[in-house]
Amino acid sequence: MHPAFSVIFLTTLIGVAQGLFLAVFSIDLLATLGLSERPMPSFVLAGCVMSVLFAALGLFASFWHLGRPERAWRAATMWRTSWLSREVIALPAFLLSVAAYGFAHASGSVWSIPLGWLAVVACIALFVCTGMIYACLRFLQEWASPLTLVNYFLLGCASGCTFATLLASLLEPAYTEDLATWAIGLTTVALVVRAAMLARNARLRPKSTVQSAIGVKHPKVVQKSQGAVGGSFNTREFSPGRSRSFLRSVKWVFLVLAFPVPAVLLWIGATGDAALVLALAFVVQYVGLLAERWFFFAQANHPQNLYYQTIS
Amino acid sequence: MTQLALVIDLNVCVGCHACVTSCKEWNTSGVAGFLTDENPYDKDPTGTFFNRVQTYEVGEFPCTETVHFPKSCLHCEDPPCVPVCPTGASYKRKEDGIVLVDYDKCIGCKYCAWACPYGAREIDEKQQVMKKCTLCVDRIYDQSIPEDRRKPACVVACPTSARLFGDIHDADSEVSRAIRDRGGYALMPEWGTEPANHYLPRRKGTVPVAEDQVNRIDTPLGVDNRVPGTLAALIAEAQAAADPLSAPAGGGR
Repeated sequence: MHPAFSVIFLTTLIGVAQGLFLAVFSIDLLATLGLSERPMPSFVLAGCVMSVLFAALGLFASFWHLGRPERAWRAATMWRTSWLSREVIALPAFLLSVAAYGFAHASGSVWSIPLGWLAVVACIALFVCTGMIYACLRFLQEWASPLTLVNYFLLGCASGCTFATLLASLLEPAYTEDLATWAIGLTTVALVVRAAMLARNARLRPKSTVQSAIGVKHPKVVQKSQGAVGGSFNTREFSPGRSRSFLRSVKWVFLVLAFPVPAVLLWIGATGDAALVLALAFVVQYVGLLAERWFFFAQANHPQNLYYQTIS
Repeated sequence: MTQLALVIDLNVCVGCHACVTSCKEWNTSGVAGFLTDENPYDKDPTGTFFNRVQTYEVGEFPCTETVHFPKSCLHCEDPPCVPVCPTGASYKRKEDGIVLVDYDKCIGCKYCAWACPYGAREIDEKQQVMKKCTLCVDRIYDQSIPEDRRKPACVVACPTSARLFGDIHDADSEVSRAIRDRGGYALMPEWGTEPANHYLPRRKGTVPVAEDQVNRIDTPLGVDNRVPGTLAALIAEAQAAADPLSAPAGGGR
């Protein structure tokens, strides 16, 4: 598939927003249950503000994916059947509930924890919707797996937690080390899941062949013409547009930038309490995630490509 | 319930692209607006088409066969492109099973194209909405067109009648009989999309050619006393029949 940067930014930015909110709310919840010290209200508020900001940026990026953005409101109508439609509802719901929770927490309202739980529900729903948009396309075999959902969830949590660590080092240093530990743990688990995904995809056998595509059973079928000399939507939208070696390079880039480097930087930043190093950890991990999402799209081989193998 | 569909005979298709051009002509002139072309007479021409004819080579030289393969939306009975549409712009008509896009509702998110394993949907780069074969829905019900021409433009244009059109749920229709009698099959059955369009396979056959169809007896060359080989052979044979004693060795009894 052709990796569209609008969708790459959407999925990575809302992932950060969701992970950041979950980290901040977890701390608030632990404090409310008396299991840890009460965090500074400014930390929770800043976390919510940044989470809303990241989610809003993601929402903004998603509009660039649409050919007719002025009609985007229509996308909320088919929630009964379409995961994309469900995401269109879940994303603003998450955004609003996080904003409501942040406001309630800042104003000391007793509703802050129930509103937080509401935001958790919206957050999980958003993770499921985003993952299912890809996992539900059964003939895109690289995506049609529960690992896709788990991967989106873990990478969102890991990057959000990394940002929460940075936030804590600035506003609530008491939590920096705890959050850094969580972030390193989540990043490690995410690496295991992503590696499992890569291993699964490397062993995939395409269900469709050129034989099943045109219904000729001979073992040797070669396309000679695709019916157009100058390419078409089909040749642009479904091809990564880059060489195999480029894809392989991107794979190693994200395997290094999204996982081990930020983990090491988190450890250095948290033990030395250096906000700058933690900021670097977040930036490096986010760049790694952009590469990861780019690769996620580029690796998916659409069966329609069987009909578009030769130009002339 | 009616399910309109095309049945395409690969044994007859000669790959002339008449269906492609007539499809484009009809559908770019309709009330739904033009089908965008970019650089049509320039380098890298590209555009939106509902129907394309592709060509495949089957086998290994010298035992190869050329298969021309017209491909358009298959109007699946369980279309994967419809439920994924977030706006409801993509829908399948209950009354005749045609899968259509409401161009006024489409937001151009391309998710339906991702969900189609056949690559049957193409975005219109100018109008930024998804487009696909409509089975000429604006033609097949048009009372102002003579009844025998109320068929999709591609079917009317096909010079070899490789394209049949009709209701595959009606067991007695021409298309149902063709599917039944001539081994009609669906594309990529592994995904369970149940395409309504079917293809009729290539058939192995021999064409009986009589000797006198290739070498004419009444060749004008005979008049010039320059007797071609076959005629000479015929004369020899006639002479042999007239005089059995002079027949060549091996023919005797």
